[in-house]
Amino acid sequence: MIVSTAVKDPLGRPPVLLMAPAVLATLLLVVPLVAMVAATDWAGLPEQLRSEPLREALWLSLLTSTVAMLLCLVLGLPLAWLLARVDFRARGVVRALVTVPLVLPPVVAGVALRTAFGRSGVLGEPLLELTGFGLPFTTWGVVLAHVFVSMPFVVIAIEGALRSADPEYDAAAATLGASRWTTFRRVTVPLAMPGIIAGMVLGWARSLGEFGATITFNGNYPGTTQTMPTLIYVTRQSDQDAALALSLVMLVVSIVVLLALRDRWLGTP
Amino acid sequence: MSLVGRSLTALVLVLPLAGCGGDTEGGGGELTVLAAASLTDAYESLAGQFESDDDVDVTFSFGSSTDLAEQAADGAPGDVLATADETSMQVPEDAGVAGEVTAFATNVLVIVTPPDNPAGIESLDELDGATWVRCADEVPCGRVAQAILQDNGVTAEPASLEDDVRATLDKVTSGEADAGLVYASDAVAAGDDVATVEIPGAEEQLTSYFVTTLAQSEDADLAQDWVDLVTSEAGRQSLEDAGFTLP
Repeated sequence: MIVSTAVKDPLGRPPVLLMAPAVLATLLLVVPLVAMVAATDWAGLPEQLRSEPLREALWLSLLTSTVAMLLCLVLGLPLAWLLARVDFRARGVVRALVTVPLVLPPVVAGVALRTAFGRSGVLGEPLLELTGFGLPFTTWGVVLAHVFVSMPFVVIAIEGALRSADPEYDAAAATLGASRWTTFRRVTVPLAMPGIIAGMVLGWARSLGEFGATITFNGNYPGTTQTMPTLIYVTRQSDQDAALALSLVMLVVSIVVLLALRDRWLGTP
Repeated sequence: MSLVGRSLTALVLVLPLAGCGGDTEGGGGELTVLAAASLTDAYESLAGQFESDDDVDVTFSFGSSTDLAEQAADGAPGDVLATADETSMQVPEDAGVAGEVTAFATNVLVIVTPPDNPAGIESLDELDGATWVRCADEVPCGRVAQAILQDNGVTAEPASLEDDVRATLDKVTSGEADAGLVYASDAVAAGDDVATVEIPGAEEQLTSYFVTTLAQSEDADLAQDWVDLVTSEAGRQSLEDAGFTLP
């Protein structure tokens, strides 16, 4: 945190009452991560990084998060558009409902998913009987859990972006004879693109960290359902050093994502 | 500094302390027991008796033995620690916070299925092709399961390796898995929600439970009373009722 003192701010010095908590907040967020890096056994790190479970879990995490992100886009963008642009009676209720998973404890999300899509769930049981396919314990089950927890982030971020784009442009396109679909494609989406991308990255990052719903709904099996957070959680039971090394990998991946977004978040003065 | 400023500062200074109030009270008539999750039912029934006999409040922290042992070694507030394996108990012993360690119960692995046993599982061999679950190799119940499967030459792969035995049980009681490998005491705890199939030879791979008093206990006598109760005739009866076997 750099506070410029060279140029005298015409508004006066930042008050201590704001500076102290701000510094405290920064420390609170940074110290644990620094401590984790410091506690990592660097000598054993290369061996940990080469381990089969790590590679499998990292690949599965990246794969499921990406698939979930694409599903969130395909389903979430239209929903965000509906909430931002179409005036319908239940709009407030729908918006409230789709944000619920945002505040739900992930384990509750897992229980809810199981009740609906589990092998003896309301929808899961007929599905199993008809097709022989059950979602739990499969990679698709992981994707489903990710979509469930990430979609609200994506919808809310994209809806915000659509709202801040002036609807007058939509209206102008309409007066020039564009259908609503053409307007959506050629005007609305391009204007909101930065917000849409931010929403997708947010959703992707949320999926990458998803743990509670995934382990409750899908359990843990290497190569099929064991994502990085699950692997770290299970490894911690027997080998703290290995768990730290895996955590470091997650930290690095998270930082890389943030760097990719630096123009949006870190780049603001 | 303005009045608002001063009261805000005071608030900021006091707030962190408010959260700590509970820890400093301590003292007479309170016992905190850190115990392996599988002991939940047996210990809770013993607590009722203990509370009425000694006029104390017993508080439990149930969890994975590994977690609890590490917390105890780190000085977590607690009077007694009970683990489901010897390896975990070694952690507080090495940290010098454990008192005398007593083995007080054993547990045997069984197969549980949903009550109607949809996959018709009557033995380990029939797990092949079914959707079944067991504990991960990293936790005690997983190591026992692995050993038993190996002893019996079973190569069937589970659908999931769960983080602890109650999570394994949960996958069966919720109907997600056709079968699971859990302790006999978990099968008893689940009652009518599961059907139990015994595993011949499972008694070769018993899980042993250990209990000790902790150095950070504020009432060492009370902590010892709990250990005495667990190893008493009444304690043994409660454990047996809960599905444990006795050493």
